Amino acid sequence: MNKPQENNTWLFEISPKSSLFDFKFKEIWRYRDLLLLFVRRDVVTLYKQTVLGPLWYLIQPLLTSVIFTLVFNGIADISTGTVNAFLFNLAGITIWNYFAECLKATSDTFKKNENIFGKVYFPRVIMPLSITVSNLLKLGIQICIFIAFYVYFSLSDKAGSVSMYILWTPVIIFIMGLLGLGLGMIISSMVTKYRDLTFLVQFGIQLFMYVSAVMYPIAIVQEKLPSYVSWIVEYNPLAHVIESFRYMVFSGAYMENPTNDFSILNILLMLGISFIVFLFGLIIFNRTERNFIDTV
Amino acid sequence: MAEKEIILQIKDLSKQYRLGVVGTGTISHDLNRWWHKIRGKEDPYLKIGEKNARTTVGNSKYVWALKEVSFNVEKGEVLGIIGKNGAGKSTLLKLLSKVTTPTTGTIRSRGRIASLLEVGTGFHPELTGKENIFLNGAILGMTKAEIKTKFDEIVEFAGVQRYVNTPVKRYSSGMKVRLAFAVAAHLEPEILVVDEVLAVGDAEFQKKAIGKMQDIAKGEGRTVLFVSHDMTNIQNLCTKSILLENGMMVMHGETEEVIKRYLQGSEETYVKSLKAHENRKKGRQEIMQKVTIGDGSSKVISGQDLKINVELNLTSLEEFSIGYLFKNEKGQVLMASNTMQYGTKLYPKSGKNAIAIVIKNLPLAPASYSLSLFVGNGKFDIDIIEDAITFPVFWEHEHILPPAKKWGSTFGITLWEY
Repeated sequence: MNKPQENNTWLFEISPKSSLFDFKFKEIWRYRDLLLLFVRRDVVTLYKQTVLGPLWYLIQPLLTSVIFTLVFNGIADISTGTVNAFLFNLAGITIWNYFAECLKATSDTFKKNENIFGKVYFPRVIMPLSITVSNLLKLGIQICIFIAFYVYFSLSDKAGSVSMYILWTPVIIFIMGLLGLGLGMIISSMVTKYRDLTFLVQFGIQLFMYVSAVMYPIAIVQEKLPSYVSWIVEYNPLAHVIESFRYMVFSGAYMENPTNDFSILNILLMLGISFIVFLFGLIIFNRTERNFIDTV
Repeated sequence: MAEKEIILQIKDLSKQYRLGVVGTGTISHDLNRWWHKIRGKEDPYLKIGEKNARTTVGNSKYVWALKEVSFNVEKGEVLGIIGKNGAGKSTLLKLLSKVTTPTTGTIRSRGRIASLLEVGTGFHPELTGKENIFLNGAILGMTKAEIKTKFDEIVEFAGVQRYVNTPVKRYSSGMKVRLAFAVAAHLEPEILVVDEVLAVGDAEFQKKAIGKMQDIAKGEGRTVLFVSHDMTNIQNLCTKSILLENGMMVMHGETEEVIKRYLQGSEETYVKSLKAHENRKKGRQEIMQKVTIGDGSSKVISGQDLKINVELNLTSLEEFSIGYLFKNEKGQVLMASNTMQYGTKLYPKSGKNAIAIVIKNLPLAPASYSLSLFVGNGKFDIDIIEDAITFPVFWEHEHILPPAKKWGSTFGITLWEY
């Protein structure tokens, strides 16, 4: 047979080993059109669904918010200062939902796309990335409702005032997306090994919400609970992101003693953490994508 | 040959699969296993007697789906990949298209590889034909700009001009396949990997598809790796072929010779043990032991008498019956019969029992057929093996040309009285 021409350059090589930190950013960039088309697909199919489909994105946060208001503010009597309790909860839920949706949707990437992944190759990470981007649409819908209620309540002066820091909102959303994506990628890789993990994810997200200051300010936890419990919330990065968002929209009017404790350093720290989670997720994800089709 | 550029180099490529023993797939199972282990009990999920009949390594937990395959492909070559089910063809294609990674060995390429593994992957029923063309094209590795320039050509090739803005869920299945193939055929990778796509669509479209494949291969000078069970297509399209058997490459050479070698087959083609046959209906007795087609080594010829010898273990029976059934590659039943139809009563003899089924003037056109076998106890079937053996039928009539493929799977010697 022919002798291979060793001295010539090869375009690429497929071999059993690859570097742990080979993130293949270049390849992802080459497939950017695919990312956009996946996003487009998600958006178009959402729009083409039955009436109840898109409507669900309105009903779900509103109902949750009503129940939280009844339970946490009505029964448990958590104070939200001059801010209307319903609006306060809606703010937390809106931003939390984006994280939860991203995490939920990306966590079964491998299982859900087994069929297509088994036949064609493209950087698998395009899939969770596109989910994170297209979830922005749902977030957009929910933010619109939030704004509507915000305007309504501010007429009766129950909404505090918008702070200057509102300009940081995109960063907050970016952090939430990155965290959801990173954790989702880690979980999706584990799901290829343990299929029943999906049920745990549903449950876990719910539990996680209760320690993420979605329906109460962090300060209340510090005040009411002993320190061996409250640290869970205090050291939960998500709690801080949500708290920051609320501070931005209400200027801290929900606190007993409104203080100017919005910290940009804090946000940058969260940004750093979410980047680390994302990179860690990407490494695990890339490891899994190589051989997962053999194990599913 | 030596001065031609090698575009794809495959070296010592192996892929190992582990037979399902290690992970059970759920946390609860693994916890249960661990709990059994610390109490010193047996693994509750350990599967015993897992066999892969197609492997040479019998009692190992590992199976080599592909073992130390090496070959080079020159630029512009159309290489056929031939082999029986389970020979490793799909594994090879999966490795080439990066769906999974090899256990050992390397694949080096000087061009982009795109695969046409089962077309239509990623079609979304809610999206229109146009949207799906873009999405599918992008999944296969094209950029949006590339698809745009090819868009009209794709639509025309698929023949769906009128339905471009209709959701794909309203398409007939044929239209879907045509559209999918059209997208894939207009890919412009340097190396194209094609797996059995031509088995779909109507005759007219198949012709078109093969024509397109020929254009790609000959006119545009692209490199194609082509997998098919249809030897006619392989012969038409490929200059060279490789033959895989049990994960190993047994031949690499001119297509004609490789096909000849493939059709002659290994010893398994005409003689097959039926003990522990994978297609035996569950819960049935193991009556049938071995099947031999003809004398076990010579070719089966269309129109000549065919003798099928079946060895039986009848110790538990007082009376028995036997039947056979032929299917073509598409799974259509062509002919069948059994001893009950003829009112023949059969009784076990002492010692080794074997029955010879003789079919007069075998009316099957040259192609590959599967034979299913049934044994009953005179009342109902007690041993059933669907597709017990698959073997080719050849044409050797001096004065009659072989029937065309589209004339069907059967034929009758016809007299023209004038």
